[in-house]
Amino acid sequence: MTLQVINRAEPITQRQPAARTRRHVLDLDDFSVEEVETVLETATRMKDVLSRPIKKVPTLRGKTLVTLFYEASTRTRVGFEVAAKALGADTVSVAAATSSVTKGESLIDTIRTLQALGADFVVMRHHQAGAPYVVADEVGSSVINAGDGWHAHPTQALLDLFTMRERLGRIAGLRVAIIGDILHSRVARSNLWGLTLMGANVVLCGPPTMLPEPSFCAGGLPWDLERTYQIDEALHGADVVMVLRMQLERQTGGLFPSLREYVRTYALTEERLAKAKPGALVMHPGPMNEGVEIDPKVARGVQSAIEAQVTNGVAVRMALLYLLSGLPA
Amino acid sequence: MPVLGQKNLLGADDIRRAIARLAHEVVEHNHGVESLVLVGLQTRGVPLARRLQDRIREFEGATVPVGELDISLYRDDVHQRAPRALSPTSIPVDISDKTVILVDDVLYTGRTARAALDALIDMGRPRAIQLVCLIDRGHRELPIRPDYVGKNIPTSRHEKVAVRLEEVDDVDEVVLIQGQDDS
Repeated sequence: MTLQVINRAEPITQRQPAARTRRHVLDLDDFSVEEVETVLETATRMKDVLSRPIKKVPTLRGKTLVTLFYEASTRTRVGFEVAAKALGADTVSVAAATSSVTKGESLIDTIRTLQALGADFVVMRHHQAGAPYVVADEVGSSVINAGDGWHAHPTQALLDLFTMRERLGRIAGLRVAIIGDILHSRVARSNLWGLTLMGANVVLCGPPTMLPEPSFCAGGLPWDLERTYQIDEALHGADVVMVLRMQLERQTGGLFPSLREYVRTYALTEERLAKAKPGALVMHPGPMNEGVEIDPKVARGVQSAIEAQVTNGVAVRMALLYLLSGLPA
Repeated sequence: MPVLGQKNLLGADDIRRAIARLAHEVVEHNHGVESLVLVGLQTRGVPLARRLQDRIREFEGATVPVGELDISLYRDDVHQRAPRALSPTSIPVDISDKTVILVDDVLYTGRTARAALDALIDMGRPRAIQLVCLIDRGHRELPIRPDYVGKNIPTSRHEKVAVRLEEVDDVDEVVLIQGQDDS
């Protein structure tokens, strides 16, 4: 049907040219610096709206946003719903587990049904990498990828960029250590596009089994990155420490000897965080396995921006919905 | 719109005199400056509001607070045009029970003023809202009228009135740009 669009097994060794007009947000690989700046600026204004006594504007009145989630989610799904409602849109939430998907309805039929019911925006999470690309090709709605398999989670990356810029005043030149299960992380992948685009220096750190090899893509990783197995090396001089969730549900097992050993080698503790720059920002896309990849004291410590990430997620998603809502320029 | 020609309507001195008169009218009409708040509509309403504040300070010795308002999120044509970058909205005082003086550069269809009314009312319950515009060019599409007008300029719909202000455009002038009649 539309296999060519999901042919993402091919390495992306060059940035895709920015779409002339944007209707979908599928990953950050087709964003330009200017477009990211526009989203972040707009999100700043949206944050103002959220701080007013009446946290609502009528911009998207009469529009409908459908969240279609084939995987569990709290902050992304609720973040989108709160964002849509703050802009005056109506929201409908479909969980695959309680929909006709369980009767065998295909993804495309499900999407067509949602469109026939009047969805202007489809926010979609799917366990298969590339699923939103197939959908985007088939429907007239705007499709926003809220996570597809190991592939991409662009709105998380945008809210991470927003949080870094809000707290540290810039993105360019920051040393960002991403720690943990990089291989299975769509958050890491989208962040790599965003962070490298905006001029941050990224260092990836994790056990060898969870760190993508340069041979991960034919032609090498499309990013010029530092990689290390030693967390202390990654933390040294870091402005931002982004801890990833140990994605036990995506792993086939055997990637590390035991959870205890992982905690001993890679958990972000107060002692380890002291090796980063003073005041370094601690981030986590959530949900956290406290006591596994991050010590609860660090997660709730003064350097943690983890709750701010969730709040900023609403503003960033409002910005995207607003920017997607107009006619193409 | 192909530009056929343009005509200067107001120069820097004309704009200065118009703003001085508007400042006096606002104060006279409200019997003073107590509980006044000036709110400029982005983009060029904001410097106009600041100039009104300066004039009022000169002859009343009091500083009227100035806010800025971006009404993009309240427009009725959001879905008919490319989305615009948003400018800041910041109103430094609670507008409840205040008299808000909305300031815009050009009053045309009245749709911007309508959106501004909605935006203001979401932020509080002003005692009154009054509207100042530097230029009223007619062609209202909504039952909205200005309380204070710098200059009335009869125009056709094919023309465009460009207000340029030093703070934004490095020059003070009002220009009528004639477009092609495509009716």
